[in-house]
Amino acid sequence: MSIDIETAARVAKLARIRVEDDALPALAQEFSNILGFIEQLNEVDVEDVEPMVSVEPMRLKRRQDGVTDGGMQDKVLSNAPDAREGFFAVPKVVE
Amino acid sequence: MTDLTKLKISEARDALRKGDVTSVELTEACLAAIDKADALGAFVHKTPEVAVQQAKTADDRIKSGDAPDLCGIPLGIKDLFCTKGVPSQAASAILNGFKPEYESTVTSQLFDAGAVMLGKLNMDEFAMGSSNETSTYGNAINPWRRGNDDTALTPGGSSGGSASAVAADLCLAATGTDTGGSIRQPAAFTGITGIKPTYGRCSRWGIVAFASSLDQAGPMTKDVRDAAIMLEAMCGHDPKDSTSADLAVPNFEAMLTGDIKGKTIGIPREYRMDGMPDEIETLWSEGRRMLEDAGAVIKDISLKHTKYALPAYYVIAPAEASSNLARYDGVRYGHRAKLAQGDGITEMYEKTRAEGFGSEVQRRVMVGTYVLSAGFYDAYYNRARKVRTLIKKDFEDVFAQGVDAILTPATPSSAFELGKEHTDPVEMYLNDVFTVTVNLAGLPGISVPTGLDSQGLPLGLQLIGRPWEEGDLLNTAYALEQAAGFVAKPSQWW
Repeated sequence: MSIDIETAARVAKLARIRVEDDALPALAQEFSNILGFIEQLNEVDVEDVEPMVSVEPMRLKRRQDGVTDGGMQDKVLSNAPDAREGFFAVPKVVE
Repeated sequence: MTDLTKLKISEARDALRKGDVTSVELTEACLAAIDKADALGAFVHKTPEVAVQQAKTADDRIKSGDAPDLCGIPLGIKDLFCTKGVPSQAASAILNGFKPEYESTVTSQLFDAGAVMLGKLNMDEFAMGSSNETSTYGNAINPWRRGNDDTALTPGGSSGGSASAVAADLCLAATGTDTGGSIRQPAAFTGITGIKPTYGRCSRWGIVAFASSLDQAGPMTKDVRDAAIMLEAMCGHDPKDSTSADLAVPNFEAMLTGDIKGKTIGIPREYRMDGMPDEIETLWSEGRRMLEDAGAVIKDISLKHTKYALPAYYVIAPAEASSNLARYDGVRYGHRAKLAQGDGITEMYEKTRAEGFGSEVQRRVMVGTYVLSAGFYDAYYNRARKVRTLIKKDFEDVFAQGVDAILTPATPSSAFELGKEHTDPVEMYLNDVFTVTVNLAGLPGISVPTGLDSQGLPLGLQLIGRPWEEGDLLNTAYALEQAAGFVAKPSQWW
């Protein structure tokens, strides 16, 4: 399958990665190569095969729905590029 | 005692307990070796203060008679593990400056057992790569060279720094992680041992996530015994990882008897690839003969969906990565791009991720985004998950026929040159052709060095075991190791 420049641009947008216009043709070509490789999967008969959910069948454990941790606002914020007054700071999101 | 850094874990453990050496002496010997080995690019964040402090504590513990196997043993830690107060970047620029406020479960367990951390080890960015060339720190270099040729070779990837450090005797052993072969391929390229346990054996909590249904941690060591000792300390149930198995962890070392009489070893015919070098073919048949001589029954088997493992992996792993890496948004930790006047939150995300992620990571995140997008989800992602079911069933069928372990080559070649132009990303992906099936099926797999190629570079064989039977697998690997008698070491040029 061949990926056009428009699709490459759409995928970059969905992935929230800025790709400059002049880099799009090469990116589209790379996508095409990778998807061409992946397309071998179409040779496999997957009729009535269940898609894998969990590689080792295990019953998920249950736990008490209680507070076990918390009260460490300073630690939570310690790696933030911009934190103010106990909050993460970001550019304005609401006009 | 000379050459302390060349000791294996088992030898150092015994020497520490006898009082022949202290952990501080061992640790200082490793720190000195590390400082002389910057040319290898293996250690990217050195932690000498932490190391000496931990070594002193370990020495006190040993004196008091409370010494678990790893007490006082100096280790290197892959940069993918979050280590409290110490940079943990997954070799990515997007995590520049990140110092976790917490410790991963695996490293916590190692430190509780008294292990010493010498520093953080180089790797491919977010563990995406097979040559350590996608790292933001620059390349890690293989201590092995082709005879007198000084061409820089890759230590493999993604755990390239771990492999290089262990092979060069900068540490006694190291942690690695393996999503498609990232422990076993670098171990094979550097003449060391590396095991990926069954999915769920080691807690993934605090290990930077790449593809959550495939990622597992494991040890990279100088021999099989050390792998058994270190793996035991890394394993165990963790309530903080819902996929970690609540199973007892056996004493793996006690299971190393070397007796494999009557065990059935499968040789999968689909692993005989077109264009496979003769040397790999020879290595494989030698391994087959060694196990047979040790009393194992050899059985030709078929794993008929093998060919589809890599394409399935390159749907599933990028899909999971695109989801896992969505968290790198420039808000909570790591890099945030400088914004222009009028830039809003979307520009912040897009610029941050374009600046912070390297090209291979960007490519995989976008491929993952594509295969999960509306209209393609069924055609790619669901189909790949169905193929994954079939790949696992291939293994279940041969295990049901009485096969105890499967012998394959670990890699399709020996270590290759760094810096070659990689025009087609798919070419690099082929490195994992023998290892990736094991991750898709959640099985334990171990790479054992068994020979040298004509250029003097190490080659390894892989053994694949039944789920949760790492002890039995390690014992088969131990028998192979004894038969192969691999003792070669790289000569020091760094």
